[in-house]
Amino acid sequence: MNSLLPFEWILATRFMREGFLQTLFIIAGVALGVAVIVFMSSLINGLQSSIIRRTLDYQAQIIVLPPEEVARSLRETETNQANSAILIQPRAQRLRSVDQWQKVRELALNIKGVTVVSPIVSGAGFVLRADANRAVAITGIEPETYLQLIALKAKIIAGKPELTTSDIVIGTELAKDLGVWLNDKIILQTASGASVTLIVCGIFDYGNKGQNERAVYVALRTAQSLLNLPGGATSVEINLNDPYQAQIVGEQIQTQTGLKVDSWITTNKELFTALYGQKITFFVIRLFVGLTAALGIASVLVVSVVQKSKEIGILRATGTTRIQILRIFLLQGALFGLIGSIFGSAASWGLLIAWRNLAKNPDGTPFFVLSFDPMYFVYAGLGAMLVGIISAVFPAQRAARLDPAVAIRG
Amino acid sequence: MIDTSITLRLEGIKKAYGIGTKAETEVLHGIDLILKRGEFCALIGPSGSGKSTLLNIIGLLDNATSGKLFLTGVATEGLDDKAITKLRATAIGFVFQFHNLLPAFTAIENVMLPLIAANGYPNDEMRQRAIELIDKVELTQWGEHLTNDLSGGQQQRTAIARALVMNPALVLADEPTGNLDTKSADTVFDLMRTVSKTSGTTFLIVTHDPRLAMRCDRIIELIDGRIDSDKPNITNMNKTQ
Ligand SMILES: Nc1ncnc2c1ncn2[C@@H]1O[C@H](COP(=O)(O)OP(=O)(O)O)[C@@H](O)[C@H]1O
Ligand SMILES: [Mg+2]
Repeated sequence: MNSLLPFEWILATRFMREGFLQTLFIIAGVALGVAVIVFMSSLINGLQSSIIRRTLDYQAQIIVLPPEEVARSLRETETNQANSAILIQPRAQRLRSVDQWQKVRELALNIKGVTVVSPIVSGAGFVLRADANRAVAITGIEPETYLQLIALKAKIIAGKPELTTSDIVIGTELAKDLGVWLNDKIILQTASGASVTLIVCGIFDYGNKGQNERAVYVALRTAQSLLNLPGGATSVEINLNDPYQAQIVGEQIQTQTGLKVDSWITTNKELFTALYGQKITFFVIRLFVGLTAALGIASVLVVSVVQKSKEIGILRATGTTRIQILRIFLLQGALFGLIGSIFGSAASWGLLIAWRNLAKNPDGTPFFVLSFDPMYFVYAGLGAMLVGIISAVFPAQRAARLDPAVAIRG
Repeated sequence: MIDTSITLRLEGIKKAYGIGTKAETEVLHGIDLILKRGEFCALIGPSGSGKSTLLNIIGLLDNATSGKLFLTGVATEGLDDKAITKLRATAIGFVFQFHNLLPAFTAIENVMLPLIAANGYPNDEMRQRAIELIDKVELTQWGEHLTNDLSGGQQQRTAIARALVMNPALVLADEPTGNLDTKSADTVFDLMRTVSKTSGTTFLIVTHDPRLAMRCDRIIELIDGRIDSDKPNITNMNKTQ
């Protein structure tokens, strides 16, 4: 017997080895539970962060707009503008610039956590090429900042998003509709009649037909003159280190400028509700997995206490205290949890590797990246040990309270 | 003054089971008893007369309903579990009829367990002490075997070695030879007798075997929860002196 191991440890491990099959089954049960929880944590967190990442690929975290005027009618026209060219007109006339947007930019850049601030001029227009004519949403950008804000660069499949005042970046669908490709010329026109001939310098694919059809990017200057907003910006868009600070930072900018400020958190409320629901569901699953493991451990130990009641009586008769008996069984619970979580961690590691190799799109890219954190193993180990100890409390108390006289008499 | 020549003193020990219920029965009706250092006593009596109950009370495994118990001069009234366990561990060695040993451990480890429980951790001295005792009970070849590999007599001898490991003042044996054949029973009995004579340990042995009882120094007979007779065994005294 190892002289470094305390009495309780020696007894607990011997008892566990003695009831080898029971020990094996309960450890397998705990391992399975731990594997499911670790794997699911990686899966769900990976899924959620990839959903959020994809959301943030296409939109800025904070958008600063001019103060709202007659918001209702504006919204109504917005929803209809795609259907009717006539309705675009009032909106185009109302296009307003953010007052002194350079000041807003300066202010925002001085806020801690702000990584990029980009002015935007957006409005509606048409592209013309021979007989073809398509309605588009024009976004005038400052490429140096905008490309840090939105994942446009990664979506470019041909050319480069390096816009000069005579360039335009269009989507794949629009390119197909118009029958154009890189270096072809197209005319961009607004409802007010302003028009300019631009060269296609880049083509993107957002993986979304509507976007690929309607979004076009031009230089800020080009959009300013087309939409008759010289030197203006219809919005200022901001990204932060930590997207979850968007609400707070947005409110700060709003109070300091009096402008209208939207954060991605408020504009994506439904998304967050869905993600939250997913988290709750997962929590409930974890709870039940934990409960199942706890009941398993408790029942194995209750049976063990009954089986070993004579031995417990003998131990008590030969100098073992109640507390020592209590600890022997609590320790068994903890060890079931700990050993189970070690095997479970190994199993979930295997699952994660298998998932990485198997769950792929036809083109070889993963469905989504699992968000794995080695701390999951630590949490799983601690959690399983805690569950083990808690489940052992009742059996251990029974063992400790055993009347040795009765136990030995049998 | 504590009289070191007195190992055990019982004063008016009563024991009732099922107190407060319809089935309340008193099984010990006031036992007075003194066991002296080194005495080798047989406790006899018909089945159900209260021998095991008395042994459990003396061994602090069970509480008397009333009466006083002094172990090596120490009054046991009002001690908590920890103090009781400690006194039991140091002053008393047990040998039961069945299920004496832990099957997950070897013979030597079984003998070591009371020492480890008292100390918290095992060490080499404990192992040495256990090996000495295993030698003493003539199980040298069997020390490293799990107890299920041992015969009934060998298991009882291991139990005696364990009972002696803490150098107790008193060894309580409840029918230690009850399920052994005559030859093994003799060996086990002789062993206890030798230990008693060489180390001055007091023995109180419950037995149904008159042949063995006749080899003790003193025979106490319990009938219906009362000491019916308690006399020195003259024939035996003559034999050993
Ligand atoms: N836990 C108990 N509850 C109720 N009665 C008991 C209990 N233990 C023993 N008895 C009774 O006490 C009496 C004495 O039993 P015991 O001490 O075992 O006798 P012996 O060892 O002399 O055969 C018996 O009548 C037995 O039925
Ligand atoms: Mg009995």
